Amino acid sequence: MNTFSVGFRTLFFKEILRFWKVATQTIAAPVVSAMLYLLIFGHVLDGRVEMLDGVSYTSFLVPGLVMMSVLQNAFANSSSSLIQSKITGNLVFILLPPLSHVEILSAYVVASIVRGLAVGFGVFVITAWFAHLSFVAPLWIVVFALLGAGILGTLGVIAGIWAEKFDQLAAFQNFLITPATFLAGVFYSIKKLPPFWLAVSHFNPFFYMIDGFRYGFFGQSDVSPWTSLAIVAVFFVALAAIAINLLRRGYKLRH
Amino acid sequence: MTAAIQIDSVEKSYKGFKALKGVSLNIEQGEFFGLLGPNGAGKTTLISTIAGLIRPDVGSVRIHGHDVVRDFREARMKLGVVPQELVFDPFFTVRETLRLQSGYFGLKNNDKWIDEVMENLDLTPKADVNMRALSGGMKRRVLVAQALVHKPPVIVLDEPTAGVDVELRQTLWKFISRLNREGHTVVLTTHYLEEAQAMCQRVAMLKTGNVVALDTMSQLLRRVSGSSLVVHLKHGSLPEGLRHLVAHDENNGGKAYTLRVNEYSEVEGILARLRESGAEIDEMQLQQADLEDIFIQIMEGASQAGVSVR
Repeated sequence: MNTFSVGFRTLFFKEILRFWKVATQTIAAPVVSAMLYLLIFGHVLDGRVEMLDGVSYTSFLVPGLVMMSVLQNAFANSSSSLIQSKITGNLVFILLPPLSHVEILSAYVVASIVRGLAVGFGVFVITAWFAHLSFVAPLWIVVFALLGAGILGTLGVIAGIWAEKFDQLAAFQNFLITPATFLAGVFYSIKKLPPFWLAVSHFNPFFYMIDGFRYGFFGQSDVSPWTSLAIVAVFFVALAAIAINLLRRGYKLRH
Repeated sequence: MTAAIQIDSVEKSYKGFKALKGVSLNIEQGEFFGLLGPNGAGKTTLISTIAGLIRPDVGSVRIHGHDVVRDFREARMKLGVVPQELVFDPFFTVRETLRLQSGYFGLKNNDKWIDEVMENLDLTPKADVNMRALSGGMKRRVLVAQALVHKPPVIVLDEPTAGVDVELRQTLWKFISRLNREGHTVVLTTHYLEEAQAMCQRVAMLKTGNVVALDTMSQLLRRVSGSSLVVHLKHGSLPEGLRHLVAHDENNGGKAYTLRVNEYSEVEGILARLRESGAEIDEMQLQQADLEDIFIQIMEGASQAGVSVR
């Protein structure tokens, strides 16, 4: 099956066009939010705490905020597009053509990656002014940014398929995605946590995405980047399999 | 020749409600076919099953020989569906919408055909207008255009003229008739029976999930014997001896009657009976039986378990 078919490219292009036409809301707003986090937390905590050896708190925070923005916006892109299309009824334009399940999933996910990276890059460009960043292993930065955005884009597809109303999607975001992101070490190193919460954090896949991403900047992480890569890759494959299965079954799409 | 649409024993239930109860019918290539029935008869469920939007519990649907579930890619390439609901994507202009829909069907550089479709549906002046800014009628035209971007050999129109003006109806039927003459199969559901009578060569009537009639239009029209005589009385009332001829309605304050007439020669007898009773006729019309009469007869007949499929 040719996943780079005209159908895939068209749906991908449509998804890009969709968020680009409202870029103030989809790109600029999350960049401003991340900058506010940096200004507030950086101002209050810089010089008072040290998460990694020889790294200021503001510098520690920047990769966390960048990755948090990548993850949250990748999720928002696919999930909001699907729920809007379901509720307004225009999802029928995707369901009537001969698009394969893989084409549909990959188009939504790749577009989510693009949106996540666009916001992440914006956050990086703005926040990097306030921190002294190094790039010890840039390949890890790219790998974890891509995988993290892909995972959240796929989760967004699953949530968009499952949700029937906006409040169900909001619940998915508020009670699952946001806590999992915030508790994954965006603002702190999990080594600073008490033993119980340290153990709990190891069951949070979002932690490995952020930890591996941060390793690319500082060459230091709470777990080995290879361990993080393995866990994140398995998580991605599992979610993609679930999403493909839902699309194949027509779950909540084809009755 | 392979049937354009082959529907075999399709059943579909929703939470205990059986929307389709074993529907079987073939629609041949090049036909202009009408799918008629009252609200809740199962027309839209059947069309959604044909389109692959609903999966049947039992039975199968094939488009040009391709199963809509197993060979969905081939089946969907052959099919263009105009949905009943007025849906649109508010992010895009008309041209963007049509280019995107083309791409979903794997077509690049399809602007020449897109321009032709827009021209034929009087959409060209609105090509670069956002979908949100269009009137309901214009949005309906875009839905029709979207269904046609990939030149499907089978076109399904689910109540395409519901709530739209005369101009669109004329534009739409002119274009759809042309496509039918060029060999496209057209399946139409509508509540406007005069449209179905004018356009369709063959008709299936559905009631409560069953096909209750399936025949050519000419055969159906022959089934209703005779015509109707509509009389508006100025004075007096319909004599008891003529009451058994009343077809369906009485209105105009109880002074207008539609009487069933089998032969034109019977008209003179009816007029004589009216004169004898002292009734004075204000207006009178002789109407040929039409699809609406047949529809009512068949639906009433189906209620009494008279399924009539030929």
